[in-house]
Amino acid sequence: MTDMNKDTFCLGGHEFQSRFILGSGKYSLELIKAAVENAGAQIITLALRRANQGGLANILDYIPKDVTLLPNTSGARNAEEAVRIARLAREICQSDFIKIEVIHDSKYLLPDNYETVKATEILAKEGFVVMPYMYPDLNAARDLANAGAACVMPLGSPIGSNKGICTKDFIQILIDEIDLPIIVDAGIGRPSQACEAMEMGAAAVMANTAIATAGDIPAMAGAFRKAIEAGRTAYLSGMGRVIEKGSSASSPLTGFLEEQE
Amino acid sequence: MSKKDHINESILNDEIREHMKENRIDHMKYLPGMEVIDSAVMDQVLSAMEAYDYEKYTEQDVLRAIAADNRTPEDFAALLSPAALPHLEEMAQAAQRETRKHFGNSIYMFTPLYIANYCENYCIYCGFNCHNRIRRARLNAEEIEREMEAIAESGLQEILILTGESRAKSDVKYIGEACKIARKYFKMIGLEVYPMNSDEYHYLHECGADYVTVFQETYNADKYETLHLAGHKRIFPYRINAQERALMGGMRGVAFAALLGLDDFRKDAFATGMHAYLLQRKYPHAEISFSCPRLRPIINNDRINPMDVHEAQLLQVVTAYRLFMPFAGITISTRECARVRDNMVNIAATKISAGVSTGIGSHVEEMEDKGDEQFEISDARTVDEVYKDLAKIGLQPVMSDYIYV
Repeated sequence: MTDMNKDTFCLGGHEFQSRFILGSGKYSLELIKAAVENAGAQIITLALRRANQGGLANILDYIPKDVTLLPNTSGARNAEEAVRIARLAREICQSDFIKIEVIHDSKYLLPDNYETVKATEILAKEGFVVMPYMYPDLNAARDLANAGAACVMPLGSPIGSNKGICTKDFIQILIDEIDLPIIVDAGIGRPSQACEAMEMGAAAVMANTAIATAGDIPAMAGAFRKAIEAGRTAYLSGMGRVIEKGSSASSPLTGFLEEQE
Repeated sequence: MSKKDHINESILNDEIREHMKENRIDHMKYLPGMEVIDSAVMDQVLSAMEAYDYEKYTEQDVLRAIAADNRTPEDFAALLSPAALPHLEEMAQAAQRETRKHFGNSIYMFTPLYIANYCENYCIYCGFNCHNRIRRARLNAEEIEREMEAIAESGLQEILILTGESRAKSDVKYIGEACKIARKYFKMIGLEVYPMNSDEYHYLHECGADYVTVFQETYNADKYETLHLAGHKRIFPYRINAQERALMGGMRGVAFAALLGLDDFRKDAFATGMHAYLLQRKYPHAEISFSCPRLRPIINNDRINPMDVHEAQLLQVVTAYRLFMPFAGITISTRECARVRDNMVNIAATKISAGVSTGIGSHVEEMEDKGDEQFEISDARTVDEVYKDLAKIGLQPVMSDYIYV
């Protein structure tokens, strides 16, 4: 049996046991700590644009110090802006981790893969641990891997939509073909969907809105943790066959081989 | 009342009636120096508004629009119709779900800073209009800095800079200097000033501003003409194309508003939504937001009121905006009282001002209160009070969600 304690994954030389990456926006600052604890999360994302320079409601004051801070470049509309935000993030957060988000679509908030690859290339060379958010396209994922990304973060469905893994088949291709951790990001609306991503072989799951809009935020964070662990265990256990339609006849086509005279 | 005859009598007085008899320049013709852009958006907005017959929508149309996943302009039209009013509770619940999905429980806080109230326009409902006898003032750089310093001390990181609409008294360079000072104290700078050319917007963007709000007041060009009797603002097409010029100049976001109560509010709200919708389709990166102002009393006319736009109608407009464009910001101003504002942010609005004065030089105590206000505010709560009241209803006040790059 697999020893779950030794089941870790690696990002830029850093090892993580928790496979749940938590978002920090969209909910009350006071609840961040409880959410992190119940989620068992070791990585928490932070939009750099939300980080105040002191003053009221500074989100940086509410994030527990013992978790890895993953600043993101939200607000960037092209590679150049993402690079500038990443450099600022490194100064402010004292961290080499950066989640690239390049978005110039205000309606669906879909990422621009082309600009994301460009930013990844520059930032990986500067020593960042680059975690790019992307639309699940195999060619773009290969480009990201070649550009030095530490992982690939394909979206399940549009940010905040809670629609689950609409891009399932394409994420599966990335999981099968890309030799980097695949972290499913965006669109995961319920624990069962997070579980599904893990069963598919995703290295980790990232969620924000699903937790932030729950009635009891810490409890929902805990529910996600369990679902992610269950999915991971199922994946490692080797999933059984699932029969799509009805039961199968024993050998409808090859049965004749038994009928030799 | 028929749609054509809609006139808000509360705005009018004898002096205005006299002025209305005078000859006026063609409000559809650009003045020298005004940039003409090649854009079909205005015509598209106006023809959509012209075709909008809100009486034709039924309860079924409304229920379908509420239940829709992605709402079309037709759905939006139904949501603004009288048939939707009995379904306001369902609209509000659907709007709240959309708001939480897109914004979580975050509510952005900001304050407006009026740096000048000189105005060369004659908008008969506005306290700043050039014929209204009020105290005029314009802050100098040092005064602007003192005001901004005082505002920043309250914890706010977003500011909206406003002037009256006078190029002569508040030229582009003056506004640019104010932006540069604001950069020292704030992370996000918005502008609500007179419409200008795209190169001027570009200059102000370089100075630090990134958001431009222009109230169209009314999208009915004929009504617009009778309300804006003189000045640059009278030129209807130049104003309606301001947001597009701002985006062409590199601004990140633009805000839209009709001043509800001036004309048929359903048509104006529909046109406002269509204006935002069409520009977002043309400029997909543009960040879109709405303001939902209703008419307020002004100095020398305390009778002005928003007529048939009661709180229920206001809520209908706000929730219709939210359901039509779930990703758009919605700002709720101090024209509304605390009760209405707190409920609006709980349902659909995403941005609220606090510590507001619409006068000139009012944030620093030792500074003489120099210029009169644009309109009477209904919510005088401080930043701290608004912050606490938001937290009480489970919302998270956010000071900064922006990075200037």
